[in-house]
Amino acid sequence: MADPMGHHEQYALHVNGHTLEVRDAWLGESLLYVLRERLGLMGSKGACEQGECGSCSVTVDGRLVCSCLVLAATAVGQQIVTIEGVAPVGSPSDVQQAFVDAGAVQCGFCTPGLIMAAHSLLERSPEPTEMEIREELSGNICRCTGYGRIIDAVQRVAVSRRDGGAR
Amino acid sequence: MTEAPVRDQLRGRLGDSIGRPDGVAKVQGSFEFSGDLTADGFLWGATLRSPHPHARIVRIDLSGAWRISGVEAVVTADDVPGKATYGLISDDQPVFARDVVRYVGEPVAAVAADHPDTCRRALAAIVVEYELLAPLTDPERAIDGSHEPIHPLGNVVRHQRIVRGDQTIEGPVVVEGTYHLGMQDQAFLGLEAALAVPDPGSDGVELFVATQWLHEDRKQIAACLGFAEEKVRLTLGGVGGAFGAREDISLQVHACLLALRTSRPVRMAYGREESFLGHVHRHPCTVFMRHHAHPDGRIRRIEARFVFDGGAYASTSSAVLINGITHAQGPYKCEHATVDGWAVRTNNLPCGAMRGFGVVQACFAHEGQMDKLAAAVGLDPVEIRLLNAMETGDTLITGQVIENVAPVARCITETAALPLPSEPVGGHDGDPLRLPGGSGLTADRSHIRRGIGWGVAIKNLMYSEAFDDYSTARVRLIDGVASVKFATSEVGQGFVTIAGQIARSVLGVDEVIIEPIDTSVGSAGSTSASRQTWMSGGAVDGACRLVRERLFERVGAANDIDPLRLAIDGTDVVDTEGTLRVPVVEASAGDPIDETFEHHHRPTEDLDENGQGNCHTAFAFVAHRAVVDVDPELGLVKVVQIATAQDVGRALNPLSVVGQIEGGIAQGLGLAVMEEIILVDGHVRNASFTDYLLPTFLDMPDVVISLIEEPDPMAPLGAKGVGEPPTISSTPAVVAAIRDALGKDLARVPVRPSDICL
Amino acid sequence: MSVIVPLTLHDALQALAEAPDATLLAGGTDLMVELNAGHRQVTDVVSLSRVADLCTWQHDPVRQVLTLGAGITYAEIATEPIAQWVPALAQAARTVGSPQIRNAATIGGNLGTCSPAGDGLPVLSALEAVVHLRSATGSRDLPFDEFMVGPKRTARLPGELITGVSVPVLDGWQGYSKVGVRNAMVIATASVALVTDPAARRVRLALGSVGPVILRCPEAEAAAATAVDFHAASVSDSAVEHFAELARAAARPIDDHRSTAAYRRHAVGVLAGRLLRKAFPNG
Repeated sequence: MADPMGHHEQYALHVNGHTLEVRDAWLGESLLYVLRERLGLMGSKGACEQGECGSCSVTVDGRLVCSCLVLAATAVGQQIVTIEGVAPVGSPSDVQQAFVDAGAVQCGFCTPGLIMAAHSLLERSPEPTEMEIREELSGNICRCTGYGRIIDAVQRVAVSRRDGGAR
Repeated sequence: MTEAPVRDQLRGRLGDSIGRPDGVAKVQGSFEFSGDLTADGFLWGATLRSPHPHARIVRIDLSGAWRISGVEAVVTADDVPGKATYGLISDDQPVFARDVVRYVGEPVAAVAADHPDTCRRALAAIVVEYELLAPLTDPERAIDGSHEPIHPLGNVVRHQRIVRGDQTIEGPVVVEGTYHLGMQDQAFLGLEAALAVPDPGSDGVELFVATQWLHEDRKQIAACLGFAEEKVRLTLGGVGGAFGAREDISLQVHACLLALRTSRPVRMAYGREESFLGHVHRHPCTVFMRHHAHPDGRIRRIEARFVFDGGAYASTSSAVLINGITHAQGPYKCEHATVDGWAVRTNNLPCGAMRGFGVVQACFAHEGQMDKLAAAVGLDPVEIRLLNAMETGDTLITGQVIENVAPVARCITETAALPLPSEPVGGHDGDPLRLPGGSGLTADRSHIRRGIGWGVAIKNLMYSEAFDDYSTARVRLIDGVASVKFATSEVGQGFVTIAGQIARSVLGVDEVIIEPIDTSVGSAGSTSASRQTWMSGGAVDGACRLVRERLFERVGAANDIDPLRLAIDGTDVVDTEGTLRVPVVEASAGDPIDETFEHHHRPTEDLDENGQGNCHTAFAFVAHRAVVDVDPELGLVKVVQIATAQDVGRALNPLSVVGQIEGGIAQGLGLAVMEEIILVDGHVRNASFTDYLLPTFLDMPDVVISLIEEPDPMAPLGAKGVGEPPTISSTPAVVAAIRDALGKDLARVPVRPSDICL
Repeated sequence: MSVIVPLTLHDALQALAEAPDATLLAGGTDLMVELNAGHRQVTDVVSLSRVADLCTWQHDPVRQVLTLGAGITYAEIATEPIAQWVPALAQAARTVGSPQIRNAATIGGNLGTCSPAGDGLPVLSALEAVVHLRSATGSRDLPFDEFMVGPKRTARLPGELITGVSVPVLDGWQGYSKVGVRNAMVIATASVALVTDPAARRVRLALGSVGPVILRCPEAEAAAATAVDFHAASVSDSAVEHFAELARAAARPIDDHRSTAAYRRHAVGVLAGRLLRKAFPNG
């Protein structure tokens, strides 16, 4: 592509355990754009481009962030995990399966970001209270569900992990 | 992962709470939304929009865009090969503005280029010289004729009266009010996006798009492209929510046009700001209402005047208007009525369909009135509503008789019976997040007042006013596997789940394949008006029944049994009068059975000049009770609980019904306390998620639900549409609760902090 | 366009010396919004989020001073141990955006953007924080109120970096309150920080989102200093009302799409009064 500044940049990102080359990039691209359009990882979604909806949530060096607010080129050398890195295709994680079973998914657009946020929450706080769930997931907007079934899904995982359910 | 849910998933019959068939793909991020679709050698498309609410286009200079490397196409109104305009009801909206722009955001040109940033620079390089015109932004000026027509079709889109009964009835008890609703955005998360792929030689085009109605899109696109409809093929791209905003076309024609121009696939994807400008919204509306009642509180006559601001183009404004005025009485008996309704054109953003479709506006007004009436006659909010509650057999102000199940009183009493929150203000743990103001730590318990409020609604289901509304489904059965084909837009509501449940129940199969959703089968109508479970559910059910008849004929012939004696039991065909039992897998082996069915609902009529006529198909009812905590000094609100009992007919998938109810309430709550597109002289001030606020996890309360299941004999599966009612009366319930907490009249939504405390 | 990701302060200062007008990128929560929207074109970007020297904090228990590196995130400020030393700043941190935003947004970035609605800024103002600036050729410290010179305008010079900010660790009550229409993830329409310093017998008050800069309220502070009884933790209702009135008088709010000037003025009065009462709960 034609870069506005005449640069054809190349760098590598470490995503879901793999080193992936980013070629011919414009350096102004967000991590979300690069993941989706240059690396073909379409699972992260963009719905606001300003960190207000959480649909693009990924972890960078273990921290949950909005990938739309990360300048991709600054993430070189960091460990990035996206929704595609949570579990193999067809073998959903416990959180993912709970979302399906609890009715926490409708249109599904916010879902990948919420899965990332829910995993991150449960790692830090294995048995969150309802208010903790609400606060910790408040950066993820869902327009379909009214959130009730999502809270149920997270609580189901907490209970099943406590009771020795498979991770 | 355990095995049980998977087995349930496969075996889910009608009435089971099973998860979605696309659920695993959605939680893993592999489900393809329309914005995720790509093709070899594609270009990006982008739209240049008017910065002015009303202006004459003097000159457009495209040369700057053409000079930018990477730009492959630049198109304007001059490049539209077919019809220059489109629209759902009236084709009054230009594909691109030619001489005049009529709202901020109206498309003027489009480009195709190799990168979104190239597109951005190309749009910036297009020079459009405008001569500014005075914008019409006050809907009353559209009615009184004091502003020049802003469109060749005039400033009034539709005017309709309802005149019924004795027009002279006055009092003895009279209550009145003027209510106003701001402009709400559907704010689906999955932004407008499409991939247009031209046929070789640009002889036709295939469009993958997120839409509510594939066939209507095709009709409008083909007309604008100057193609026969079969030259335009549509496939549903994964839809990230709709709520009415995808009923009108937005980028469809632009994407196709750019693809045909460049002979390359073109992807278009709106950003959030563009989305706010690029689709229709809920109509801002002002409603005056006056109720005349007996001293005991029984309603005698209503007077009402509705003004819906439709913005620059007609969209569905005329139908929204009819919904508003014909629901003016609410779910209450009323024999005499004088209603005047206007849908007008202004230079504000165009408005059209949003969940609730005109009834949201009516309900906010009639519920405000019911509380005033209760106060005037000394009843409480529940008593006044029960006293007036509508029943099956009652005649509406349009003269139409309610033939549906109409459990209004039951909705109210069952809602009233749901437990109130057991926790005091702030909760037992005193977590400040439970208080109004939340993490802002603005208050402690001593500052807070609690209030309780009610809202009850009637909502028409399906389309109205003589529209021949139908849906089509094709079902094929072979080797115990049913394949179901329809063009029903799955926008997140879960029709794909229900379709599988229907097929499994009727045909006695475990495995159902939902085929791609596209225009290669007949129209399904729109995923709107709470209609798909009834209409497309009816079509799938009808097609399955035809297939089952053929299956029974086959089994009957093979066994010399009257097919009428056969039935499905589990996954077997059984003889109800004998011992024969044949697995469906076996009975359907080898030879496929293929049937198509169109479900039409009963005919409806246009309204006459007095607003009389059987214009609606069917009705559903709901009640909401809201509990709120309010900080009166700062004007901040925390909704603590919503209780609701909803008339659902029959819950085909209770989990899915709960999802619709909770999600609908979130949107009703949003309209009550935070959601509004703010326009100043036609300019949008908050086209972003930073400033157009949606309810978060910390804004939504617990929802307590009672499903009222009285299967409706008129409905193919006994099930009523459930999507819209939750959004309708939750808004007035929240506002009534705020009024109750404060003892202050509030006549506008969203309620702003300053409305409460200043 | 170039993007430089230095890992040490030395490299960052070097990069900035070579491109003094480079755009500084911290947590990205402001700059990326503008880049994504195409509202801003940048040529050279120096990213600071991985400069290890900026991501540390120091607590000096003798001088009772806490120094936060510019790269400390709001998530870190909202939790222990930082939260115990500057509770008002921790409260402000908890209201910044969402968990995702707090994981990225830094105190240095908040200072660099210097929006009147920046959640951390009223607290820094009330604490009389000192902003540390460095360039390849030297360093200087500026009191916060001199650092912020206008809406999104600071005294930072080209070639200078914000390396951190120092605040006193006080033993009096302090708090932050913020009004927004939503119960989470909302930009302040009005905010107030109140800090008490019993040793100096002072009450300090700063207002956010009601003026072009964070506003201190000397009249209200002076009135409070005489009206409160630090020993008994008491203040009269009438003194609280007077304090609120003086806070309202100090506000210089405007009308915009988020709120009205009248509401903002009203709200800072309510918040200031409530905070004073919390600080001195006895009537």
